[in-house]
Amino acid sequence: MGMTIAEKILARHAGKSTVKPGELVNAKVDMVLGNDITAPVAIKEFRRIGVEKVFDQERIALVPDHFTPNKDIQSAQQAKLLRDFAREQELTYYFEVGRMGIEHALLPEMGLALPGEIIIGADSHTCTYGALGALATGVGSTDMAAAMAIGEAWFKVPATLKFIFNGQLQPWVSGKDLILYLIGKIGVDGALYRSMEFTGELISALSMDSRLSMCNMAIEAGAKCGIIAPDQVTFDYVAARAKRDFTPVYADEDAEYEKVITFEGADIEPQVAFPHLPENTRGISEVGEITVDQVVIGSCTNGRIEDLRTAAQIMKGKKVAKNVRVIIIPGTQNILRQAIQEGLVDIFLEAEAVVSTPTCGPCLGGHMGVLAEGERAVATTNRNFVGRMGHPRSEVYLANPAVAAASAVTGKISAPEEVM
Amino acid sequence: MQGLVWKFGDDIDTDAIIPARYLNTSDPQALAKHVMEDADPTFPQKVQPGHIIVALKNFGCGSSREHAPLAIKAAGISCVIAHSFARIFYRNAINIGLPILECPEAAEKIAAGDEVRVDLNSGTIYNLTKDETYQAAPFPSFMQDIMDKGGLIGYVQWRLQQQ
Repeated sequence: MGMTIAEKILARHAGKSTVKPGELVNAKVDMVLGNDITAPVAIKEFRRIGVEKVFDQERIALVPDHFTPNKDIQSAQQAKLLRDFAREQELTYYFEVGRMGIEHALLPEMGLALPGEIIIGADSHTCTYGALGALATGVGSTDMAAAMAIGEAWFKVPATLKFIFNGQLQPWVSGKDLILYLIGKIGVDGALYRSMEFTGELISALSMDSRLSMCNMAIEAGAKCGIIAPDQVTFDYVAARAKRDFTPVYADEDAEYEKVITFEGADIEPQVAFPHLPENTRGISEVGEITVDQVVIGSCTNGRIEDLRTAAQIMKGKKVAKNVRVIIIPGTQNILRQAIQEGLVDIFLEAEAVVSTPTCGPCLGGHMGVLAEGERAVATTNRNFVGRMGHPRSEVYLANPAVAAASAVTGKISAPEEVM
Repeated sequence: MQGLVWKFGDDIDTDAIIPARYLNTSDPQALAKHVMEDADPTFPQKVQPGHIIVALKNFGCGSSREHAPLAIKAAGISCVIAHSFARIFYRNAINIGLPILECPEAAEKIAAGDEVRVDLNSGTIYNLTKDETYQAAPFPSFMQDIMDKGGLIGYVQWRLQQQ
């Protein structure tokens, strides 16, 4: 019997000719990632193991992106733990503020996440790299510690759900909308413990930035990973970036899927997820009148250049609504520079939006845009749980950059057509 | 282990278990002071060592933050029983040695304030208040190995010694 992409990648990394869903395997990992929240715990656990050196100095990435530039003294202490550990271990891929970006925007950009690889990260949105045809999944700090020591992690081989997207993208629809629509259909545990494969003509037509947004939110359906088979879009993206050789992996013709679910592009308009779960989705035409206090455009989900271009296209020559604060956060230093060179930052400043240095910041209620009691935000981020962006009685609505930008202009959650 | 039950619903996420506003530390005792407070503000004050959390589906969804099971463990919770767990929370709990059991029947029938006795080896859950017994699926032997060695760090130390 043939294997799915996830099964085949796991088999190769576990040194087996075949694996089956439910089987538990130890597999080699190609990259181990941690940030300023999760790596401090991992470093402490690494010390307990009793090994002197990490398994490979070129296969560990430490990215202080959550509470940096340091938001308070305690956060500064946490970030310092990463810096000191990176120096002690002489890690190649420690990214200091100034070279840092939001980890899941940064690693693909740096060519550190590649087709056919296994990447584990002590951050749930590590699944982003499934867009490049990798098996990438979030783990905890102890997993990260163990992998830093031995270069392996334990995995339960997931069953795979196949999602086929047919047809054409509707206006202003992006990868973000496809994944929100999917989560709305199957729920926040609809893919629990599963691998998801995204395929179909609509996926083939997606840009890499859009694919990264889509796979980023696989975890929001409970999935272990969300994978898109490598194609020309993938190879064009990694060609000039790849830091290692890689072997693309494809599903076998006779691979066994737990379920195959088909969606039609014609049914998918821009999506908005209402508080307090990503599954509470509605099409933009069914949202109604919802005023907002804050708009956030950025995050590991939607802080890439294409996202900023879309937002700028909508905000060009317009002003942010009187009662709204707009915070725009490019995902990496390179994206920020590109946004400056393309004149996007000028458009945002002219519109009276804030443009920030890369940081996860407000997405998890850390800093740079925390909400007060009773406030409401529309954000291009990935979670709208209770208290996610600040006060436990604040609200987050999730949307794509076009809807967020239109909402910035009108002061209420709006379709892009309303302002174009 | 035996203890009083705190009951929670579906999709208790890691932001509810330990909000990111407290993540500028990784000290388990400091985290325990705020554990579950966005789901039940009285929890951190009233929880006692030995108490048990029972929840419905998808407990621990969201972030990979190991601070969530660490905070629950540091608050003295002896066991978490749920209809189902989000996958990262599940592996974190096993890796750090926080006892968890997946048992839809127990998750549905146990109420807040019930007194419950848990036998982790057999996966048997006895509800003293209702005089009912529920059976959780046993752990695969691979995971039992990790737990028997005190968590993943102990397991890795053991593997390195074997080499």
